[in-house]
Amino acid sequence: MTNEDKKCVAQFEIHYTQLLNQQGELVGALPEFAASAEALIALYRTMVQTRTFDTQAIALQRTGKLGTYSSSIGQEAVSVGIGSAMRFEDVLLPTYREYGAQFQRGVEMSEILRYWGGDERGMAYHAQPHDKAITVPIATHVPQCAGIAYAMKLRKQPRVAVCVLGDGATSKGDFYEGINVAGAWHLPMVIVVTNNQWAISVPREVQTHAQTLAQKAIAAGIPGEQVDGNDVIAMRHVMANAVEKARTGGGPTLIEAITFRMHDHTTADDASRYRKQAVVDQHKLLDPIDRLRKYLIQHHDWDDAKETALLEACTIEVEAAVRSYLDTPPAPPESMFDYLYETLPDALQPQRDEVESLGKLKRGGDHNG
Amino acid sequence: MAEITIIEAVNLAMARALENNPDVVVFGEDVGVNGGVFRATDGLQQRYGANRVLDTPLAEALIAGMAIGMAAEGLRPVAEIQFMGFIYPTIEQMICHATRLRNRTRGRITCPMVLRAPYGGGIHAPEHHSESTEAIFAHMPGLRVVIPSSPLRAYGLLLAAIQDPDPVVFLEPKRIYRMMKQEVPDDGEALPLDVCFQLRDGTDVTLVTWGAMIHETLQAADQLEAEGISCDVIDVATIKPLDMATILNSVAKTGRCVIVHEAARTCGVGAEIAAQLAEYGLLSLFAPVQRVTGYDTIMPMFKLENDYMPSTERIITAVKKTLEEA
Repeated sequence: MTNEDKKCVAQFEIHYTQLLNQQGELVGALPEFAASAEALIALYRTMVQTRTFDTQAIALQRTGKLGTYSSSIGQEAVSVGIGSAMRFEDVLLPTYREYGAQFQRGVEMSEILRYWGGDERGMAYHAQPHDKAITVPIATHVPQCAGIAYAMKLRKQPRVAVCVLGDGATSKGDFYEGINVAGAWHLPMVIVVTNNQWAISVPREVQTHAQTLAQKAIAAGIPGEQVDGNDVIAMRHVMANAVEKARTGGGPTLIEAITFRMHDHTTADDASRYRKQAVVDQHKLLDPIDRLRKYLIQHHDWDDAKETALLEACTIEVEAAVRSYLDTPPAPPESMFDYLYETLPDALQPQRDEVESLGKLKRGGDHNG
Repeated sequence: MAEITIIEAVNLAMARALENNPDVVVFGEDVGVNGGVFRATDGLQQRYGANRVLDTPLAEALIAGMAIGMAAEGLRPVAEIQFMGFIYPTIEQMICHATRLRNRTRGRITCPMVLRAPYGGGIHAPEHHSESTEAIFAHMPGLRVVIPSSPLRAYGLLLAAIQDPDPVVFLEPKRIYRMMKQEVPDDGEALPLDVCFQLRDGTDVTLVTWGAMIHETLQAADQLEAEGISCDVIDVATIKPLDMATILNSVAKTGRCVIVHEAARTCGVGAEIAAQLAEYGLLSLFAPVQRVTGYDTIMPMFKLENDYMPSTERIITAVKKTLEEA
């Protein structure tokens, strides 16, 4: 029996959105929000702020002042697009390259530095009560996102849960389990796959034989689409549509944002072992910040003076965060017990006492020494 | 008042929690219309609606992950894993997230969830349906692991687990689900967590156990009593964190201790109890601590399961061994 003799029972298409091409030229219909210079400059500012932060964080790691760090350089449009399309009361479940979204949502730069500086207080997010802390075990936050979205749905809250993960994460079972229930229960959630082409050293085409990652949504019965993740206008547009659809009862969406990881996986990685500089150089031409700058110069009187002023402001802001981070004394050692349970069980009190007294001894010793 | 079984007490506690607290949500595989394969959730969906008592897709990591997400949003999720043999996909969610949420966020986000599962052997179940692997969870900082062994304790401890502000793994000894009946007033009163329950007062030897092994241990205590040997019997109930004070007090009185559990011996919770007895109770001991446990083998399929699990006879032999010492 050939396929021609078989009845087609289902057909699917995956659509791709790009609004600004790599020259910064408009190639699609400008979304309503993007008519405002102010809105575009705000996106531009956050992208520049994020890159300034990333650059400084890498420098801190290289000089021994920060632990291993994962940068979002080259992917700023994805995270900034995500953050700009969400409301404060929504919930973001980030992985470790979503600083652009996190900053927009009230997470402080000094907190991100504390986190990578080995301090749990970097996940306290004092100005952001809703969002999960950065998820490290890949894709484990997708089921949690479904649980959060279910809570919102049960309580009839007009809120949305947004889960961000990488291309490698779509190979994991948790990813599929999470998007499957999102479809089955019609949950108010958006799953963003930041396809930066690399899962550490394994390129996208080795990761999966699927033609797109967006099509993985089809198996879960939810819409999946692609967007140029280096085009912040398209990114915000597609994201805002998905978020508002979820908010108004339209169910989940999976967005595959195509971008490129310009830096090593983390500062502990050396990408030159597995990818050619020529490939990286090629992607420099697609840079999301350069692209929007070209558009702003052309359409909104952006100039060198404004650019310099912005860079200076971002540098000042990042330097203040670095100072706050470096000036933070370490937490007392016994604090490792203090957020384990709401009330420390009696069984653990002797261990806490031991750590506390050893800590005092050590600090006393330091003074005497 | 009618007497009820452990499984009925589990059902009664969930119904009480659903009734009293709109944030309580019960979910898992087959818990809805079917009422759970052991009927733990029988009738709950009809009474509390499909929004609060719901069937999930067949995906255990998902179930645990969703419970974490719901708990983070302030719900009180009570998730069922159908058998402990299928709980292992939840381990990553539990150890990387449920136990760490409060700690990671310095108390900003918490995880008041319950993960229920029937566990243990002795019901002639298929492969993978009989293991006792509670020690895996007892090793996780930030978790509570609670095991009831009577209808009263099933009701009171499950309510306590649901009310607890931190994650609880609640393991139900399925062999004794319908073995005994007790009057259980549906008064919404929780029992305390983190404490052992003293089931018998004796003077000669301390028997420490939990779960279905309570049955064999009490049988052994009865037979020994007839021989003039008086046993203190302790149901640990919360195996994490461990109430060693009660066990140490008992051993200070008896000077002898036999630990009984169905799980494999090496790194079982009995090993922790024995280690703490050596650390803090050695001078009270007249004889080496004995462990009567499952063996360090794969839990055999049901033709041999009774040869694996501790028997009343094995417990009696161990007790007599401790009494042979001076």
